[in-house]
Amino acid sequence: MSTLAGPRLHEQTGLAASARRIWSIVLRHWYVIRSSWPRTAELIYWPMVQMLTWGFLQTYLAQVTSFAGRAAGLFIGGVLLWDILVRSQLGFAIAFLEEVWSRNLGHLVMSPLRPAELVASLILVSLVKLTVAMVPVALMAWLFFSFNLLGLGAAFAAFFANLTIMSWCLGLVSAGVVLRWGLGAESFAWLVAFILLPLACVYYPVTTLPTWLQPVALALPPTYVFEGLRAIVLQGTFEVQLMAKALVLNLVYLALGAAAFAFFLRRAREHGSLVQMGE
Amino acid sequence: MQRPTIQDGGRARGSAGPPVQALSLRKSYGDVVAVDGIDFSLRSGSVTALLGGNGAGKTTTIAMLMGLVIPTSGEARVFGIDMARERHKVLHRMNFESPYVGLPMRLTVRQNLEVFGRLYGVRDLKARIAGIAAELRLEDLLGREFGKLSAGQKTRVTLAKALINDPELLLLDEPTASLDPDTADWVRTKLETYCRVHGATVVLASHNMAEVERLAARVIMLEKGRIIADETPQELIRRFGRTTLEETFLAIARRGADEAELRP
Repeated sequence: MSTLAGPRLHEQTGLAASARRIWSIVLRHWYVIRSSWPRTAELIYWPMVQMLTWGFLQTYLAQVTSFAGRAAGLFIGGVLLWDILVRSQLGFAIAFLEEVWSRNLGHLVMSPLRPAELVASLILVSLVKLTVAMVPVALMAWLFFSFNLLGLGAAFAAFFANLTIMSWCLGLVSAGVVLRWGLGAESFAWLVAFILLPLACVYYPVTTLPTWLQPVALALPPTYVFEGLRAIVLQGTFEVQLMAKALVLNLVYLALGAAAFAFFLRRAREHGSLVQMGE
Repeated sequence: MQRPTIQDGGRARGSAGPPVQALSLRKSYGDVVAVDGIDFSLRSGSVTALLGGNGAGKTTTIAMLMGLVIPTSGEARVFGIDMARERHKVLHRMNFESPYVGLPMRLTVRQNLEVFGRLYGVRDLKARIAGIAAELRLEDLLGREFGKLSAGQKTRVTLAKALINDPELLLLDEPTASLDPDTADWVRTKLETYCRVHGATVVLASHNMAEVERLAARVIMLEKGRIIADETPQELIRRFGRTTLEETFLAIARRGADEAELRP
């Protein structure tokens, strides 16, 4: 059994070691994505359907109303940005769920991978999946409806950053819930982002909401992104202060999401749910 | 005491206390006591079996040794480290195998070994994978998806994963469950060889008494979360006047409730 003898290990502490462990998890998910074209198609499918539906609706409305004619891009921009939030959150949550589905979580938790590194790798995986899903759909929006998402410039970067940070907060909470309560709570991970859909005012201004509900909407970072989109499309102005408010809120939510994940992980270790986790 | 060095990735064989220690280790879930204040310490290079019927506390004990479950009280220590608090200091020095914990189904065997080799920080990973594949007869399987392998093939792959970092402590939860006798025997031989060559410490949970008799030099028998016997398999067999560990296990399991504590 001589060839099993003594492989030397790399240094286990420090940034390089963390980066290596994070990369190994990203690689694990990349292997899955590239090995299965149906999975890649699935990533693109719903954003494409959404974009086409709202794009054609907007085209129709532009023919029959002057407002929709002036507000070209409002629906398409809204749906593309909303999909950034949803796809990023699902990318994070599904990457985590895949470890549970394959009963691999025990191996990961037992390996030198640290919880913060697992979270960092899930964030990177969500970005990879988001890129795979949204680049073709954004190209189609440009080709079919002459809406250039990247044409928003710096505003797009601010929108993207605020939406993805919020998606990671939701991903952290949903992963934590599954850690603690197992796959019985899986649907929470699939649905959590959609709780925000009516409240984040994706397709209408905050003032449309009842007065009592508006503070709730304004406590959500995505609301400022969609208000910002309307400001650009309707007034041609990039409202920096809206993005700053969203960023501050996001930092608060990110801290809360990380605390929730750490809390649920601790509770899972106390309750022994990590041992039984799997399909 | 040998200090960990950068060259060996912070590991140093035999450093910092016994490989495994349970100190008044207790775990309860509400009113249910899974492990009830057990104490034991394992010698470096030893193979110890945790035995007991279903619900005896074996899995919970192993889970606490891995740091997956936090004890209600007491400590589970590995190489002197409290696994509830500082497990990341020693996780690269240990590994485990269980048929109940899977690997990503859609990844090939090579990809799985690559992912775990990187996680553990194995140097010269390509050579390591080639070497371990040769030893465990996995060369023809390296390009196949893990999910499409037979039970015996999967066991060989998870064994390769468990040995990828050359662990000093190996935790095995029913390593040959659901294997045919020939494959099970082959796995046991590989484990024996690994332990002999590397001086690794092994904790084995198994319901296969022939396997325990062959591999383990010490048996810790649990019942309702307590240690009821802690001796060599031969001593235990002799004490009960039986000829095999299987017969002994059955005698203990079926004894009257009023029988005295079995611990010598």
